[in-house]
Amino acid sequence: MKRIFIKEEVCMGCRLCEIYCIVQHSRSKELLKAFKKENPRPLPRIMIEEKGSTSFALQCRHCEEPYCWEACMSGALYRDEQTGVILHNREQCVGCWMCVMVCPYGAISRDLREKKVASKCDLCGGKDPPICVAKCPNEALVWVEIK
Amino acid sequence: MCVRQCAFEAHLYDPETLEVSSREEVCVGCHRCVTLCPTHALTIRRNSLDFRENANWTPWAIRNIIKQAETGGVLLTGMGNDRPYPVYWDHLLLNASQVTNPSIDPLREPMELRTYLGRKPEKLELDYSGERLQIKNPLPPQLKLETPILFSAMSYGAISYNACETLARAAEKLGTYYNTGEGGLHPNLYKYGKNTIVQVASGRFGVHKEYLDTAAAIEIKIGQGAKPGIGGHLPGEKVVEDISKTRMIPRGTDALSPAPQHDIYSIEDLRMLIYALKEATRYTKPISVKIAAVHNSAAIASGMVRAGADIIAIDGFRGGTGAAPMVIRDNVGIPIEFALASIDQRLREEGIRHQASILVAGGFRNSADVVKAIALGADGVYIGTAALIAMGCHVCQKCYTGKCNWGIATQDPYLQKRLNPEIATERLVNLIHAWNHEIKEMLGGMGINAIESLRGNRLALRGIGLTDTELEILGVLPAGR
Repeated sequence: MKRIFIKEEVCMGCRLCEIYCIVQHSRSKELLKAFKKENPRPLPRIMIEEKGSTSFALQCRHCEEPYCWEACMSGALYRDEQTGVILHNREQCVGCWMCVMVCPYGAISRDLREKKVASKCDLCGGKDPPICVAKCPNEALVWVEIK
Repeated sequence: MCVRQCAFEAHLYDPETLEVSSREEVCVGCHRCVTLCPTHALTIRRNSLDFRENANWTPWAIRNIIKQAETGGVLLTGMGNDRPYPVYWDHLLLNASQVTNPSIDPLREPMELRTYLGRKPEKLELDYSGERLQIKNPLPPQLKLETPILFSAMSYGAISYNACETLARAAEKLGTYYNTGEGGLHPNLYKYGKNTIVQVASGRFGVHKEYLDTAAAIEIKIGQGAKPGIGGHLPGEKVVEDISKTRMIPRGTDALSPAPQHDIYSIEDLRMLIYALKEATRYTKPISVKIAAVHNSAAIASGMVRAGADIIAIDGFRGGTGAAPMVIRDNVGIPIEFALASIDQRLREEGIRHQASILVAGGFRNSADVVKAIALGADGVYIGTAALIAMGCHVCQKCYTGKCNWGIATQDPYLQKRLNPEIATERLVNLIHAWNHEIKEMLGGMGINAIESLRGNRLALRGIGLTDTELEILGVLPAGR
């Protein structure tokens, strides 16, 4: 099972991971179209946290015991039994945002448009490696096998 | 993206109009924004607005005068001499074997690039009695290199910690050496000691017992190709906590390296320092002396060898720097090609060539330059700028500003992170591997299977487009003869 790990010592805060995350979750999967034509534009599921010279790219840790999953009253958050990835069903989500409240990492964001739902990392639906890892110009995101 | 990446603030984002605009007057042409722009929407072009054409009063000359009229200061610059002086490497051609002596295919046959630097004994006394041949007389300390290429002196201060770590890691992987420059050695890099040449320069920054003991060799820096006769000045803003500890100076103070070594005013004084360092390290390490290539380098080199230097390093006028007065960088010193040829010749004539190895530096751009230098008489070649380019440098010459957008020549923690030592090490190792392959191809083509056999073999070279005097100094025949 592989997961994304962060190397904050070489994250330069360029935010290309955010940009490519948006493109990957857009309808067209094309950068210019996704930004200029698609409305609503998907939210990035990866977020650069920055203070002073320190920055790192935060995204869902896909916990073994996920608080968000426990807190989700509509069952929109579920675990893919094969990969262990925590996924989010937009249709089922009621936008109560309890997941946002309980996530200890702050990795789930609110989507204020449309139907008020939550937005979180889906590890690009099995893409190997996920787009943020593939596109990070400084290898600050790494795709590593975990036990 | 571009707005955030530019340390010179050449891109501006206006949140009111949601538009990005650029300020051409501060753009240094480093291509950071161009390289990272996800839509490839950026192109940097020379501004077509220029002064009225004039062959003497070029825009460069006019702009420099305007800058100095505004500031009253010395013009600073970074990297090596960029003026259009002749590059003599481009006027030298290599030989190849045809019919009478077979060429060698390096992919099929062994090819040796191993190089030993240091004083060689007068003669070898061999002991034939044992099973293996043994050398009876003790050999002076030698540096063993798996490639004739080393990394030039670049100090921690001029370049970032990540850049220093990259050089150290690459040197270890390649079985060669990097040079600390005069900025001392960061404690984390002591583990690369066996691949480190430490420098003792005029400021004596960071020189102490462990520093000398850790290194594989010690280099006394007299001069630097980019600024012969000039000292160094690391501005106080760059002397951050780690640098102040490494250099052993108070934080925030300017690090001034005097122009001369204040205890060296003669060859005899140089001898005293060389032997002081040999004594301090119990004669276990070769001592190198580095000078800039100047008009009478050959005589100076002869003196250096007689003073006890095991390695002499010569830095040509195209050698790089973190900061130098432009007028010095562009006008002082001589080409490394001439300095090397005349020094090698002089030492041979005096019968002391074996007493020291010659390292050359200053603008080596590719493996052909390296091979030509070895044929002219060098034992090894220091590369600085080429190594930095492999790491990401785009030669924008703004090293002296401390705002390097590529994270190399900066101490700004935000910019430093842009150089990931892992990626940079891999790229630098790739570069030297590529050059090694090319050097082997060139050697094989000449029918030589060891770099040792090429050293000082000027018959492997022919000059093209050179005057008789230039050919005589270089000691090579013209092409066709």
